[in-house]
Amino acid sequence: MTRDAIIGAIQRGLKRGPLPPDQKAMLTARLAAHARHLIPARGNLDRAGRISLFSEYVEREFGTVARLASLADVPGAITSYLARQNLAPALVASPHPDLQKIPFDTAPLLKIRFGLCSPTDAVSLQHAFAGIAETGTLVLPSGPKTPTSNNLLPDNAIVVLQADRILPCYEDAFDLLRAAESPKSRGKAKSAEQNFMPRNIMLVTGPSRSADIEQTLELGAHGPRRLHVLIIDGET
Amino acid sequence: MLETSAAFKENATGAMADASLQKALARAKPQFAKKRQSAVEKLPEFEALREIAKNIKNHTIQNLDFYLETYAANVEKAGGTVHWCATAEDARQAVLKICRSKNAKTVTKGKSMVTEEIALNDFLEVHGVTPVETDLGEYILQLRHEPPSHIIGPAFHLNREDWEDTFRKSHLDLPLDRIFHERRDILTEARTKLREKFLAADIGITGANFLIAETGTSVIVTNEGNGDLTQTLPKTHVVVTTIEKVVPTIEDTLSLLRVLARSATGQDMSVYTTFSTGAARPGDSDGPADYHVVLLDNGRSGMVGTDFQDMLRCIRCAACMNHCPVYGAVGGHAYGSTYPGPMGAVLTPMLVGIENAGHLPNASTFCGKCESVCPVKIPLPNLMRHWREREFERHLQPPTMRYGLAFWAMFAKRPALYRLATRAAALALGFAGRKTGKFTKLPLAGGWTEGRDFPAPEGDTFFARFAAAQKAKK
Repeated sequence: MTRDAIIGAIQRGLKRGPLPPDQKAMLTARLAAHARHLIPARGNLDRAGRISLFSEYVEREFGTVARLASLADVPGAITSYLARQNLAPALVASPHPDLQKIPFDTAPLLKIRFGLCSPTDAVSLQHAFAGIAETGTLVLPSGPKTPTSNNLLPDNAIVVLQADRILPCYEDAFDLLRAAESPKSRGKAKSAEQNFMPRNIMLVTGPSRSADIEQTLELGAHGPRRLHVLIIDGET
Repeated sequence: MLETSAAFKENATGAMADASLQKALARAKPQFAKKRQSAVEKLPEFEALREIAKNIKNHTIQNLDFYLETYAANVEKAGGTVHWCATAEDARQAVLKICRSKNAKTVTKGKSMVTEEIALNDFLEVHGVTPVETDLGEYILQLRHEPPSHIIGPAFHLNREDWEDTFRKSHLDLPLDRIFHERRDILTEARTKLREKFLAADIGITGANFLIAETGTSVIVTNEGNGDLTQTLPKTHVVVTTIEKVVPTIEDTLSLLRVLARSATGQDMSVYTTFSTGAARPGDSDGPADYHVVLLDNGRSGMVGTDFQDMLRCIRCAACMNHCPVYGAVGGHAYGSTYPGPMGAVLTPMLVGIENAGHLPNASTFCGKCESVCPVKIPLPNLMRHWREREFERHLQPPTMRYGLAFWAMFAKRPALYRLATRAAALALGFAGRKTGKFTKLPLAGGWTEGRDFPAPEGDTFFARFAAAQKAKK
């Protein structure tokens, strides 16, 4: 079997047979501990510092940021953003519970559809699991309520992010994912071995771009040309 | 791709005379180095992270059997299928089998150097499956039937005129006299064309920057978002990758990501870093129904435990070629191999044999810049030197070179004789060239004087002058 041949060749190169049980146990323990390595200090700030560093990096990467007091301000913010970009007041929103709580009836001119983006939709509204201060990165896991297509297909991506979810580093976001999906928090019997990873997690830093033509940066290669982050400041 | 590494010298001569290529190289080269430098300066922990990255990869290679088996088991636990492949042919057949089982007519492709390594596109085309490259750079190269010249900027060697010309010749449904006012117009045309392809494709093929053993996850890094569309829209996602891409945990991967983009493009983070684990889950409204990993060896397991094991650390950032004076002079195509530059000079002889790629490890000035910028600290000059030694041991160089080296070694091994001979030569040459200070022709040095003058030595040798200076101090 090819697999045995490859594994055998590796073991010959390492001048040993299969790992002895004690060494295997050590490696299994290393996986279970999934320890962090050195984390850059720059994201390690208080809440206000994290929000401002995150915003600074999103803008440096050609995204835009608006800070809102609560979800109630979202319809107005979107309406004025779309008007500024000369876009029709229509969007497709992911069916995430937080997004469904937004009082869209306060903006009657804004056309909203909850669901999956089609290739012809121009604007999407997505819910972010977290933001990372270290590099201005959004963490967007896939799921029935947060389809991946909505991060990619429209030319304009608007993302709602709770300020409390702006974390110092990527590792913090993965810790939250591990905790959210652990058997304990689900309260039901789930094998400890079951994977906590959703099908897809996108770490998004700015809008899509390419520098393939003469090493000159152009935005909007295949994904969104514009990325607009709405940071919801109010306590949740 | 067609390997022409054996013709490196001819290729290089041609490349240096190619005005369009030289224009592209002159424009792009300094930018890469400047951007990396600026990203590194903004992260005080960068040097420490390089050491960590090196250690993570070393730990993984020391236990590669364990991590590969753990990775494969976790892919299958997440509902994916792993196809272990020893050779390029095995990998091509594995991909074709998946295409046949899905009755696939077209596949879209994210950027993948491994699929270049196994020449997957040509193979699929022969077997009636149309591959469509979706990375902008790879797309134009496919239209032009050219191989990539750089591992992260594949169309690095093209100028704007080339893009416009190729698009006019290829997109025949559009008006021939359309005007590309700016680069943006070229991009928009490609985006529109490729959107149709994304939506029509039966299968999406991507590579992987990392494979995570802990969770059975494949990770891709892109700026365009093409890789994401490739692995999200079609019903089947096939990851074509190689065994050294495996990393133990998510935390290990995140540490490697911190040095990858900074070393590659000088970004802190690429725009899209995407983790894929298995196929669509119950309730998902998008994502592939099938997830396959074609896991290729192609000679890599044979590098474990050899002088070349360090090369398995490579994370394909391209910093070595971006900083290489040889790459900067001749570009990527001259190397005649899938992987150009210093990392290619080490890897290619492993893939195609030193007898076919002996020029590549010799195409280095050993300036050491590649090693100094490598995010996983691969001692690239040393590894090239190992290849030169093997080439010498196997008598693969021409006799004149072997005799020349033996002749030089006779002196080099006898310091007194060496100093005497060089001193005599320096004084004689200095005397002979005392009028003009240079030679336009010199016996046995035609290779040098053909392109430039040989300066006449002024005064004594370094050794003699140093000894004299030391004496004078006392």
